[in-house]
Amino acid sequence: MKELKILAVVVFFTLLTYWGVEPYAHSVMHKHVESKDFKYEDLKPLKKRGDAKRGAETFVNAGCTGCHGVQAANMPAPMDPISAAASFGVNPPDLSNAGALYDEKFLAALIKNPAHALKVEHKFTEGKQHPMPGFYGVGGDMEQEVADIVAYLKSISKNIEEITPKMAFEDACGRCHAVHYEKWTQIGEKPKFKHKKDELLFDAKVLDYQDYLTKYMGKLPPDLSMYIRSRGEHYISTFMEDPQALLPGTSMPRVGVNEEAAEKVIEYLQDSGDLKRDERDSVGVIVMFYLFVFAFLAYLWKQSIWKELH
Amino acid sequence: MAQFEKANSLHEWLDQRLAIDTLERVLAKEYWIPKNINFLWAMGMVLAFTFGILLVSGIFLLMYYQPNVKLAFDSVNYTIMREVEFGWLWRHVHAVAASVVFLIIYIHMFTGIYYGSYKKGREMIWISGMLLFVTFSAEAFSGYMLPWGQMSYWAGMVITNLFSVGSLELNGLVEWIRGDYVPGQAFLDRFFMLHVLLLPLAILGLIGLHFGALRIPHVNNQDGEEIDFEAEAAKYKAGNKKEAKVIAFKPDFLSKDMFVLSVFLIFFFYLVFWHYSFAMDPINFDPADPMKTPPHIYPEWYFLWSYEILRPFPKDPGLVAFGIAQVIFFLIPFLDRSPNVAPASRRGKFNIWFWVMLVDVIVLTVMGKLPPEGIFSTIGLVATVVFFALWISLPFITKNEKAV
Amino acid sequence: MAENSRRDFMGKVFGGWAALGGLGVLYAAKKTWDPLPSVKAAGFTTVDLSAAEPNVLNVEKWRGKPIFILKKTPDMEKSDRDVVVGKDRFLVAIGLCTHLGCIPAYRPDKKDFLCACHGGMFDTSGDNIKPPPPSPLVIPPFKVEGTKLVLGEEGPEYKKMKEAGLIA
Repeated sequence: MKELKILAVVVFFTLLTYWGVEPYAHSVMHKHVESKDFKYEDLKPLKKRGDAKRGAETFVNAGCTGCHGVQAANMPAPMDPISAAASFGVNPPDLSNAGALYDEKFLAALIKNPAHALKVEHKFTEGKQHPMPGFYGVGGDMEQEVADIVAYLKSISKNIEEITPKMAFEDACGRCHAVHYEKWTQIGEKPKFKHKKDELLFDAKVLDYQDYLTKYMGKLPPDLSMYIRSRGEHYISTFMEDPQALLPGTSMPRVGVNEEAAEKVIEYLQDSGDLKRDERDSVGVIVMFYLFVFAFLAYLWKQSIWKELH
Repeated sequence: MAQFEKANSLHEWLDQRLAIDTLERVLAKEYWIPKNINFLWAMGMVLAFTFGILLVSGIFLLMYYQPNVKLAFDSVNYTIMREVEFGWLWRHVHAVAASVVFLIIYIHMFTGIYYGSYKKGREMIWISGMLLFVTFSAEAFSGYMLPWGQMSYWAGMVITNLFSVGSLELNGLVEWIRGDYVPGQAFLDRFFMLHVLLLPLAILGLIGLHFGALRIPHVNNQDGEEIDFEAEAAKYKAGNKKEAKVIAFKPDFLSKDMFVLSVFLIFFFYLVFWHYSFAMDPINFDPADPMKTPPHIYPEWYFLWSYEILRPFPKDPGLVAFGIAQVIFFLIPFLDRSPNVAPASRRGKFNIWFWVMLVDVIVLTVMGKLPPEGIFSTIGLVATVVFFALWISLPFITKNEKAV
Repeated sequence: MAENSRRDFMGKVFGGWAALGGLGVLYAAKKTWDPLPSVKAAGFTTVDLSAAEPNVLNVEKWRGKPIFILKKTPDMEKSDRDVVVGKDRFLVAIGLCTHLGCIPAYRPDKKDFLCACHGGMFDTSGDNIKPPPPSPLVIPPFKVEGTKLVLGEEGPEYKKMKEAGLIA
């Protein structure tokens, strides 16, 4: 009985210290931002129903292919990544899966006013223009044309279920963020090289791209290999949703992913920075079972000995 | 040359050459411990086992860790955590054990303070134990450098800056400790050496001293009663185990130790698998960046109480306060002027002293983690003043303590 | 006494369960020493044989080891250990002396391999012709793909040689 009281005292003071040093202190140091479930409530819903066939034409007429490749429609990117970064600061994304990965309100808003949809208007003041020009229509009802383009993008993309975490990440994040644990650079996955010279040439190209990107963004976007452990799932998810809420003034654009795409990005980052999480769970269960039996047997042994001592 | 006869078994052969039977008697079967103890007495065994866990997990980490500023971070977070089979397990075990060992050390220390197990012949047990605390602290600090994350780097920067000793501006000394102007390759290599070789050897030696210091005065008991170990052992050996006031280390004390250990292991491994962020701070998953200090920087939880004592004062007084705080616990056998070896609950004012001290170091710990602003600073300052007031008052409140 | 045997029994059961845990730790420890996935993945090398010249030794690297590739001249003895690619016959072997692992040097004028460490010699089919090496140069797993050789993969030709006991 007395020992249980002593144990209660020890546990109480331990938990008190833990609470103060961990949950409480961290809540004071880091603001907690609630997830908005990727609803993008600041963006207006589409006003018209889009037609994908019309959208295919509008897409070409609007000049989108001047910067964007669309592999799914056999339209290659007009420039290689490094030249693109030299011109625009960053490599314009291929739009093959944009329809599946990004929220339709976001896509519509992005087409009309990129800096606004991406929440980077604070970076483009005093006459500075976002490298992607806004869309002012191709002669007809602009809202209809925007809806048509969005519908077209949705029609050519894979289904969200077919999109792997790797594809989602490379699309949504990979043109700015490297993940060297997955051999991902901003210009693509780093291949294996037989000759050192070829490897160095590739590395030099990556560095060139990163220089252009740094100039454009102000800072090189960080390598995300261990971000799932340094920032955690909640932070990354809410950060993608609205970077300004967590880091006011940041150059990082709002990504515009829908909830499924966000989950895939998180899964990719988990596979990079916390690959063995499933094994950790399963081995943990085995070890805990072992230890409970261990404690039970230890108790029986102790009892059989102390019976004679009390 | 002693006379050796033919042995009839392997056991007898070994006993003739190594006296294993005598060893077993002296160290286990007839090593007498008081019976009047509680589970807190098992903390020593828990510490020894945890140290063993640290050694074994450390050995496996050592097989893949690279002490090079360019490779260290990835050798831990890529190679060990992703590629090595069970590498993640050794790493999690090592990190959680390094943190939990201090919880057990503090419980063990405060048990000793509560029951007066540092006086009347037990001063060397206390001092060797405090030396172990200091060496474990150095071991923990040097180990924390190794992953070369943001906390590793900046903790290294800040703690080595302490050696400039404030206004003395001993920058040369700081550079000498680092082997460079800032923590870099030389720094990492020498702290790797300390962590892997020199400090573990020192710990092993001090554990030997700590155990040796226990033998003559014997382990204390819940009432601080002075036991005639010879007489009680005789009762035990005569078969009167129920009335003897002592038990044998093996199997009596050992079996209880094992049970307490098993409960500890359930708690420990639960943390290893599912609740480890307190021991593996997220900030250290950012690779070291000498050009950027993290917005929040703090030591591991077990250093927070003394870190907080540094903070309320300007540079030089702060360092003096910090220095005193590191060594003051060594002096408790000499500052406690009462000869009473008894649980604090029976020692009047000392009981108040004990609980105020416990709460005070917890307050200091929590304040040490919080940003030094507003009400947190004020509470921290008050707690620091209370800390020193407690130590100054100890001789006075114990001088005229009633005999128990 | 009954109590003694009960506590001895409990002690043994507890000890046994503890030992089981120890075995678990040893299992994890053994697995920790296994070669890493990145090491095993690097275990394939492709070599283009089309540019090989007769009697000129090409040394490639495979799993950190030197691999001798020697295009045989018409006068060199044919062997069942030869790797046949079209009309050409090649010696393909791990370039480590089967005595203690030094790399033997090829002597194009003498058309043999001489190991500097202890004087062992091999012929152009990799057979050991002078002690101390006890056996021929080992043939690594290989697969012929057109004029390319993939080291690390067990192709049909390799499997045939293996069954005939010719690979080492």
